[in-house]
Amino acid sequence: MMAPAVFLLLVWMLVPLSMTLFFSFKKYLPLRGGDLGWVGFENYIRFVTSSSFWPSVQATLTIVGGVLLITVVLGILLALLLDQPMWGQGVVRILVIAPFFVMPTVSALVWKNMFMDPVNGLLAHLWKFFGFAPYEWLSQASLFSVTLIVSWQWLPFATLILLTAIQSLDREQLEAAEIDGAPALAKFFHIILPHLGQAVTIVILIQTIFLLSIFAEIFVTTQGSFGTKTLTYLIFQRVLESQNVGLGSAGGVYAIILANIVAIFLMRIVGKNLDK
Amino acid sequence: MARTSTIKRRIIITIVAWGVGLVIFFPVLWTILTSFKSEAQAIADPPLFLFFDWTLENYSIVQERSDYMRFLWNSVIIAGFSTLIGILVGVPAAWSMAFAPSRRTKDVLLWMLSTKMLPAVGVLYPIYLLFIQLELLDTHIGLIIVVMMINLPIIVWMLYTYFREIPKEILEAARIDGASLKSEILYVLTPMAIPGIASTILLNFILAWNEAFWTLNLTAAKAGPLTAFIASYSSPEGLFYAKLSAASTMAIAPILILGWFSQKQLVRGLTFGAVK
Repeated sequence: MMAPAVFLLLVWMLVPLSMTLFFSFKKYLPLRGGDLGWVGFENYIRFVTSSSFWPSVQATLTIVGGVLLITVVLGILLALLLDQPMWGQGVVRILVIAPFFVMPTVSALVWKNMFMDPVNGLLAHLWKFFGFAPYEWLSQASLFSVTLIVSWQWLPFATLILLTAIQSLDREQLEAAEIDGAPALAKFFHIILPHLGQAVTIVILIQTIFLLSIFAEIFVTTQGSFGTKTLTYLIFQRVLESQNVGLGSAGGVYAIILANIVAIFLMRIVGKNLDK
Repeated sequence: MARTSTIKRRIIITIVAWGVGLVIFFPVLWTILTSFKSEAQAIADPPLFLFFDWTLENYSIVQERSDYMRFLWNSVIIAGFSTLIGILVGVPAAWSMAFAPSRRTKDVLLWMLSTKMLPAVGVLYPIYLLFIQLELLDTHIGLIIVVMMINLPIIVWMLYTYFREIPKEILEAARIDGASLKSEILYVLTPMAIPGIASTILLNFILAWNEAFWTLNLTAAKAGPLTAFIASYSSPEGLFYAKLSAASTMAIAPILILGWFSQKQLVRGLTFGAVK
């Protein structure tokens, strides 16, 4: 009974993948002559030696690294906070999780216009209130702004997973530490943080896979200008905007390899969990 | 003494948590509030928080100008059918892997997961080309297939983790009582499987609703869902904050409500059972 699912996924994976591989070894320009023959590894070399390649790697790493740092650190703090006894815990939890359910195009546009707009954005009003000159977020601090938007979207995910992990913590151990008079910081570093290790790893790996391919957030904010052209966006431009399919496909193969490196680590953890 | 200090602590934590929660939720709240303002009041300086002339006119303008209902319908069709078909394919697969595991089950599961890791941009052109040749560009059926395929691994995984929790002893007990295979499945297993299936449907409907890579690249005016509808607001004409807010509110409201019900499933679904 597995057959239909396996068959569909196999077709879904193998057909496009082999086409990408096929195109990556060709000079293929659909709008300017079509298939111009085999070129060996030329596309692979040209993709990494083009002037936009390294900036795109840098942009990708900055965004992915920045979002991971923000979501993991704030996620741990938030999870610790939400784990405490309080009134209205359910409502607070809903408020914190809400951003995850906002579609990427909406959150990017709302942030771009209603918060980061240098004239009418709320942040501009706030800056003016404190006597600073308004800031052009998406051009002057473009990478930071995109990182901020994406972090807002992913913070709920990190928080929820870390909260779930904290709640599975052995309460007796914590109580024992309390009776022994351990200070809060020591409890955090010696009991809570080690316990969260695996959850943090999972958050990092899963988010990395999703963050490597963020698209809509850049598509509707900067369209890849001001240094926000990530690897995904660069490949999208090569393939659909300049219709250089050979070159874009070679880029695609690089992206697939990169994602697979991250995926191997994730699969190992998930695989171990399956045996339990 | 100890009692008053715990109450004091609880009060402080409640205040801090609500404050943090409101800050995180604020962009959503601000969007909803702005949708009820006039365009002039939407950019008023200083910004108006609650005391403005509440109006519903933005909602009717958005509907008239850009035919919101059609995009909403497209979203419902695409998210609904892709989830439905995914479940129809996924249930038998997950069922047989959970109740009749073979030595290869684990490998198959991990391989399915690996197809989810494939970066979409890596196969953008092949899919685009196939869509042109099969005349699937900007059609419901094309989008339903693609969105179903990208979520199928998550569907199978989620169902598998739920099905695996159904105790096998119940099956044996039913068998001893002389139940046939058909009645075993119909009266014993199905009732126990329904909560898991419902959770899977819920989360995958949300993921499909918010999918914003393929919907942006493979649709135009005809089959475009709400993600594409909102992206059309990225090149503004004149004053548009209130209208953008109304459009955004209409795009996210249904899913925010569904999202409240699916917090728990989110963790299980997106960590592939690694965190529960």
